Amino acid sequence: MEILVSILIGVMTASAVYLLLRARIFPVVLGLSLLGYAVNILLFASGRLQLDSAPLVEHGLAQLPDPLPQALVLTAIVIGFGMTAFLVVLALRALHELGDDHMDGGDRP
Amino acid sequence: MNHLVVLPVLIPLLAGALLLLTARAGKTVERSIGLLATTAMLVTALALLSQVSAGELMVYYSGNWPAPYGIVLVADRLSALMLSLAALLALASLLYAISGEDRLGPRFHVLFQMQLLGINGAFLTGDLFNLFVFFEILLIASYALQLHGGGRARVRAALHIVVLNLLGSAIFLVAVGAIYAATGTLNLADLAAKVTTAGPGQTGLLRAGGLLLLVVFALKAALVPLGFWLPPAYASANAAAAALFAIMTKVGVYAILRVHGLVFGPDAGATASLLSPWLLPIGLLTVLVATLGVLASRDLRRLLAHLVVLSAGTLILTLGLNSEAATSAALYYALNSTLVGGGLFLLADLIARERGEAQTRLDCEQAVARPALLGTLFFLGAIGVAGLPPLAGFAAKLYILQSAYLHTAASWVFSAILLSGLLVIIALSRAGSALFWRTGDTDGLLRTPAGLLPAAATTLLLSGTAALMLGGGTVTAFTQATAAQLADRTAYIDAVMSNQAVVPSPQRKGGY
Repeated sequence: MEILVSILIGVMTASAVYLLLRARIFPVVLGLSLLGYAVNILLFASGRLQLDSAPLVEHGLAQLPDPLPQALVLTAIVIGFGMTAFLVVLALRALHELGDDHMDGGDRP
Repeated sequence: MNHLVVLPVLIPLLAGALLLLTARAGKTVERSIGLLATTAMLVTALALLSQVSAGELMVYYSGNWPAPYGIVLVADRLSALMLSLAALLALASLLYAISGEDRLGPRFHVLFQMQLLGINGAFLTGDLFNLFVFFEILLIASYALQLHGGGRARVRAALHIVVLNLLGSAIFLVAVGAIYAATGTLNLADLAAKVTTAGPGQTGLLRAGGLLLLVVFALKAALVPLGFWLPPAYASANAAAAALFAIMTKVGVYAILRVHGLVFGPDAGATASLLSPWLLPIGLLTVLVATLGVLASRDLRRLLAHLVVLSAGTLILTLGLNSEAATSAALYYALNSTLVGGGLFLLADLIARERGEAQTRLDCEQAVARPALLGTLFFLGAIGVAGLPPLAGFAAKLYILQSAYLHTAASWVFSAILLSGLLVIIALSRAGSALFWRTGDTDGLLRTPAGLLPAAATTLLLSGTAALMLGGGTVTAFTQATAAQLADRTAYIDAVMSNQAVVPSPQRKGGY
């Protein structure tokens, strides 16, 4: 399972980097979101992956999952969501102000 | 447990919330709340400074949870010093802003307080993940402050900052994940204790995490090659926002000093002195690029933005010398460059207001209405930032050179600092003569100059360099003590992990 998850994170990050290198703002926003997902799964995996274990705590179970990465991922999701929302609004504003959806915007040198 | 430690985080948070509620009460109420909160912050920071100056580490366990499970805030000499600096800078910026700049867009005061919340929190936190959270708070507030007033240049610069910093946040999280996977903790003190015993299987992850953190902090501190977002952003921002931003690069430098100094210090086992091969070259390169930027600027604001990058580069260069004396010198330099940098941004806006159309372009066309006042302030600031006697910039550079004297890379440090100093003097004197001397057109002099308050705020910051020179002995004694405290990692670990301050919870009735 570790190999599957790491391949998943790798593919997502690679696609995100490709999208980030585009010149237009929309692919960049998509790339940043995709990178956010990849990072969240990576954070989640930093607490070790386990199958068939209790979600948080269960009496008599020898191996319990690590709750901290889950809390970190939750926080990261919330922050990432807010930041992406801000970026989308800013991108719209830039489209109006600069009349262009290029990352360097408007009458670029 | 002393609750003073949490106040620098609570005051701006509550003030910001209050400001949101009183949004319809008018500008006077908003301004009073903002000023009151910022003054309270300065008082708190100074109280903290006097309490920690004896060498005590004040640890605050939020919710009374013991470390490393709960969230801790730690105030030591470095934190208190940076908090006081931030509060002083904020107060002057706010005084400048209330003379009219806060009318340019909505919610200026809320954003200002949120920005301070993030900055203060980053200086106080003793936990890597909370450092991330406070970084995000200060970033999202800084995006909005940077955009305050709107306009093409601001929007274009903001787009770059937001995308870059979102990428930086992702890298920060990867680093946090790597470090957590290797050690199982994110509390800085616990982390510092655990890296010394890290096995060979964890070293790779730890190294990767530590170096990724350097990338993130270098992005915040605008070091080469990650700092090219800064000049257009700071040059286009409002004066009050730009002046406050003068401390933002120092937050990045602070994070490097704190996290890497504490966790990846010289006694950190397999990851010891992780950064020592990196800081000096990065600092040298940043100084070089920023000096070229200063020389090439055709606008005063852009020149000042490059000076901010230059000061961050000089700081990293000095920290790269890796000695207690160098750390002390870097702190003294940081105090001076932050105050003068902020003051010069305010001054640039005063000049722009009086020159009208010509703004701060360095082309000898338009005179200012009050050449004597603004010229004197510019002279003071230029001397302070370029490092000429008799002001503190000179003492700071001398201190840095003195601490570098016996280092193997001394020739590099000496040539970089002296040469950049010379070139900055040339650039600033060229700028000064274009703005104040070789002015042909005096038609625009009918414009009413800005009132007394903006000039007073500018003078307050610029006179900081003179105050630092006059109180040089006291300040350097304090920065030396700070550097010694930073080098004493065991004291930090013991203070945080001892949990002696935790009040025992009241006995539960009837058991679970």
